[in-house]
Amino acid sequence: MSDKPFRLLPAVGPHNEHFWHGGAEGELRFLRCDACSTYVHPPLPICPECLGRALTPEAVSGRATVHTYTVNHHPWIPGFDPPYIVAIVDIEEQAGLRLTTNLVGCAPEDVQIGMPVKVCFEERDEGIHIPLFEPDPNAAKCRAEHIE
Amino acid sequence: MKARNLERKSAITGVGQSAVGRRLNIDPLALTADACLEAIEDAGLTRDDIDGLSTYPGNMQAPAGFTGAGVTEVQEMLRLNLNWFCGGPELPGQLGAVINACAAVATGLARHVLCFRTVWESTAQGGGPRAGLGAGGGGGFRASGIMEWTLPFGAASAAVWIAMMARRHFHEFGTTREQMAQIALNSRKNAGLNPNAVYRDPMTMDDYFAARMISDPFCLYDCDAPVDGSTAIIVSATDAARDCRKTPLRVEAVGSALRGRPSWDQFDDLTTMALRDAGAMLWERTDLRPSDVHVAELYDGFSFITMCWLEALGFCAKGESGRFIEDGKAIALDGEIALNTHGGQLSAGRLHGFGFLHEAAVQLWHEGGARQVPVEPSVAVAAAGGGPLGGCLLLVRDD
Repeated sequence: MSDKPFRLLPAVGPHNEHFWHGGAEGELRFLRCDACSTYVHPPLPICPECLGRALTPEAVSGRATVHTYTVNHHPWIPGFDPPYIVAIVDIEEQAGLRLTTNLVGCAPEDVQIGMPVKVCFEERDEGIHIPLFEPDPNAAKCRAEHIE
Repeated sequence: MKARNLERKSAITGVGQSAVGRRLNIDPLALTADACLEAIEDAGLTRDDIDGLSTYPGNMQAPAGFTGAGVTEVQEMLRLNLNWFCGGPELPGQLGAVINACAAVATGLARHVLCFRTVWESTAQGGGPRAGLGAGGGGGFRASGIMEWTLPFGAASAAVWIAMMARRHFHEFGTTREQMAQIALNSRKNAGLNPNAVYRDPMTMDDYFAARMISDPFCLYDCDAPVDGSTAIIVSATDAARDCRKTPLRVEAVGSALRGRPSWDQFDDLTTMALRDAGAMLWERTDLRPSDVHVAELYDGFSFITMCWLEALGFCAKGESGRFIEDGKAIALDGEIALNTHGGQLSAGRLHGFGFLHEAAVQLWHEGGARQVPVEPSVAVAAAGGGPLGGCLLLVRDD
């Protein structure tokens, strides 16, 4: 436990527990519209694309690419010590479906926009699992093979 | 045929500003009174003439000092007889409060609207970090709303969110920190000519690169400086403006659009912001063009936001703001578009949007003193906001 930083935790309720608790089963979950299959994030009670009322949590692959990032150096939150990498990642399953997250297992100087990453989870109190992202060696390998 | 009903019927007729400074330790309502009374006098009016009141964000739960006065407090303090009033944070940026006032006078709900914005973040924060978050700061806190998706990751400030937008802009367009630095350097140069600016010492490129990093690519000098201060603007109906002391500054067009998703990370194009659409809307409502504008007072809560506004308002092409500003000449007081002539929030202090409109009026009234733009400008744009909130006004002096 001691290697985990202090984190401010989200307020979890019926509307978002699929997201924050999904990591207990190793799953990154988003609401998805039953009618038109759009992933809806942040969660809403209706689908903004087709106005469908039936949305069901569904797991995605957890694969993503880095859309942009910053190495934060300022101590905004006592106990959450800089430097740390904040990134916005593009979730593979849907264009424009993004998450703000932390990149872990990666030195700040090694981060690149476009690099493939995959989800991992940090377990906190109350069953909350924070979705973080780390470099995806399999994706890198695939890409290397493809280039050869 | 442009839709001009709102704009052709409203004008800026007076402005006022309190003392502005770091840790003034003055009651924010007193600062507000100073700014409001100065604006009323500047317009040649008395408080009996004021029948509308508008502010951003008004009374709300917010970090200490973020909001220094609300509508009802000012109405009580100045004993105004109001026919219309409005205050709130869910507006097209800070200047949304002024755009609302334009609508109020254009529709006859009021004749002279007093608009104000007061901050006292410098005193309230006392030099320390924003209180209440973090280990030992109360374990019961839970992030909700938009912060649910950022705070758990230590993305606690717009500095972090907008730094990522700047990084994406760097990636797509080859923008550099050397280019972005010109926003800070230009502001500091202008602030040196403004006796009311909080930071007036000259700044060099070396100074910029020596500053500590906040959230890269933003260093300290890319972030605006919290201050205490209040700014007030009088918006009058154009027929009522004839009774005022000064040449009315006609509101030629406004931009208040929100067409993309109101989110710091889900917005369709993170190299722009909602202000992209506010800027586009402004030009949809006038026959004037960007080349007609002499002065641009563009929000700089973070330096990159100003670059976004330069692109959004068409002073340069999308993605070209870095190259547009890179030698500093185009945005200087004698450049093709004089930018943030008072020093912006980076060097004159974070008056949170209203300082830009105040300065646009000062320049159009040719009251800028040492920092006055030499062409005797007659067209200016003021813009405020970033991320999901942005609004802008185009002002014209007709005489």
